[in-house]
Amino acid sequence: MVKSISSMQDLDTFEERLKNFSWSLAENELEYKKGNVINIGWYCSDRICLKGKADKIALYYEGFGGVEKKYTFNDIRLAGNTIGTFLRKLGVKNEDRVCLFMDRIPELYLSFLGVLKTGAIVQPLFSAFGEESLFVRLENAQTRAIITQRKHLPKIRKIIDSLPHLEFIIIVDHNKMKSLENKEVAFSLEESIPVENIEVFPTVAESPSVLHYTSGTTGQPKGVKHVHYSLISQYLTTKWILDLQDDDIYWCTADPGWVTGTSYGIIGPWSLGITQCVLDTGFSAHAWYKFIEKYRITMWYSAPTAIRSLMKAGDEIIKEFDLSSLRHLASVGEPLNSEAVIWSEKIFGKPFLDTFWQTETGSIMITNFPGMKIKPGSMGKPFPGIIGVVLDPETFQPIIEPGKIGLIAFKPGWPSMMRSYWNNEEKYREKFVNGWYLSGDKASIDTEGYFWFVGRDDDVINTGGHLVSPFEVESALLEHPAVGESAVVAKPDEVNMEVVKAFITLKPGFTPGPDLELEIMNFIRKKLSPLAMPQDIEYMEKLPKTRSGKIMRRLLHAKEWGEDIGDISTLEND
Amino acid sequence: MEEINLKEMKDLVLNYVINEYIEDEDETITYDTPLISSGYVDSFSMVSLLVFLENKFKIKIPPNKATPEAFDSVNSIVSLVSQHLK
Repeated sequence: MVKSISSMQDLDTFEERLKNFSWSLAENELEYKKGNVINIGWYCSDRICLKGKADKIALYYEGFGGVEKKYTFNDIRLAGNTIGTFLRKLGVKNEDRVCLFMDRIPELYLSFLGVLKTGAIVQPLFSAFGEESLFVRLENAQTRAIITQRKHLPKIRKIIDSLPHLEFIIIVDHNKMKSLENKEVAFSLEESIPVENIEVFPTVAESPSVLHYTSGTTGQPKGVKHVHYSLISQYLTTKWILDLQDDDIYWCTADPGWVTGTSYGIIGPWSLGITQCVLDTGFSAHAWYKFIEKYRITMWYSAPTAIRSLMKAGDEIIKEFDLSSLRHLASVGEPLNSEAVIWSEKIFGKPFLDTFWQTETGSIMITNFPGMKIKPGSMGKPFPGIIGVVLDPETFQPIIEPGKIGLIAFKPGWPSMMRSYWNNEEKYREKFVNGWYLSGDKASIDTEGYFWFVGRDDDVINTGGHLVSPFEVESALLEHPAVGESAVVAKPDEVNMEVVKAFITLKPGFTPGPDLELEIMNFIRKKLSPLAMPQDIEYMEKLPKTRSGKIMRRLLHAKEWGEDIGDISTLEND
Repeated sequence: MEEINLKEMKDLVLNYVINEYIEDEDETITYDTPLISSGYVDSFSMVSLLVFLENKFKIKIPPNKATPEAFDSVNSIVSLVSQHLK
């Protein structure tokens, strides 16, 4: 019999947690039995109300300019019902894809629940995406409805005619003075009559729930399909690693356009009935510290880029705020450098605990957690129930030798593992070798079983914790009239770890210069996203190529990172 | 560069910000509107704004001066630019 553990503090050691571990621990706590209906929307709202927490605050929201809102668990239950009912009346059905394309406003979080209650699949997309990034993702998913704000309408209107599957553009803040265009529908949550009851769609464990898009080295972005059973992993990892207790006030700084913002910014905390806070403004150290002080935040889950930005803002500013409410800190998105861990111990009296996982894994895989000895700069150890190794890149066999670098891989079978790439079975199969899921990242393992991150195993750029495909940026660059050829690599960056750097050649008749550089930067920013915008563009007479004409991105990467350029025997000569 | 007064400089920056970063045509942006802390301009896009300023005013702004605070409004941007004009 597996005993119920209310907190990580109840157990002393990592080894203790490994003993008798079973995911059924989470199933039991969630009162889920194999074959039962399992619907994340219901678990995150209705069930919490049934547990007697209907009047507990689920969400404190603060937007720019002092806009404040708060919602109880009963409020979010009703909002989910109301949005779900509206979608059903439009004709949205089970397994239709419904895109959420909003800033971090309450409707984003509430729509997430509403869509899931109808049995449809949530497709969250980062609201800063430009029209092309938006288009390829909506086209790939054959998205039927998109819920958005009027500020993002211009981007959607530019592409709507090329998206025959997109039938409904739902605007949550429509200005009644303006007319609606083709396929546009206005919906105001505040002006709607709350719907007390909705027939929650009886999704089961393998019913699709969330479709997040992620970038790879080649090809278009891939839609990572998750299922409702992912709740099991997300619930337990939130409880054990983020260590959330009933009276905690939790802040996950991630945007739900990315997987952290849904797994740990919606599903994890709300399935536990935890109060969470959302700050929807641009970054400023002052605003962030003020937010922690104001809401007495106790658990803070953030990203290394944000932590390094706070470090850069200096320690003096911290003295202006009372941050004593903080009791537990964790980080995700990219490796957390040891300096940041040491800094947080000095400033907050506790370290940020690094957690490692991916869009495809759906929940935390390798982690540091309370009660565990922390080695600053280390990723930690696999979560109980997760079999993680590093594989030899040639043989794909687990490396036994401590300190030797290999490919981070996991034995498939944890509850929140992706079930497929949307309409891309071939790419999905490529992620598995010898019965291991390949993460695409490299690490070594030390004598005590701690993982140490080394880097990506491919050319994907990790900027501020978000993956950018060099292929996508190179392709978009070629659409600019001045660009003849392009190659895109990661460039080291103090705050974002990596940023996008482009090497380009120009077509005849164009002259290199700073104005053209700015024009190209803005072209990519609007077409793809600010993350994908090259922060540096270098004009080249010609790009390094193999004799067969393939651009040698590796050489350009080595140049940026001051690395050995390696074998150049295949380099094309003049 | 040719002589430009403060008002012209502010309008130049304001128009660039409105044209390049503001998606909602209903938004009213003034010299004092917070740009970074409001989320109108994110930290990645700040780099393109920096390049615009350096190109337009033929100046070089040191990385430690190009902070979110210094870029948070047209007024603060113009104040920063003025410090670096020869």
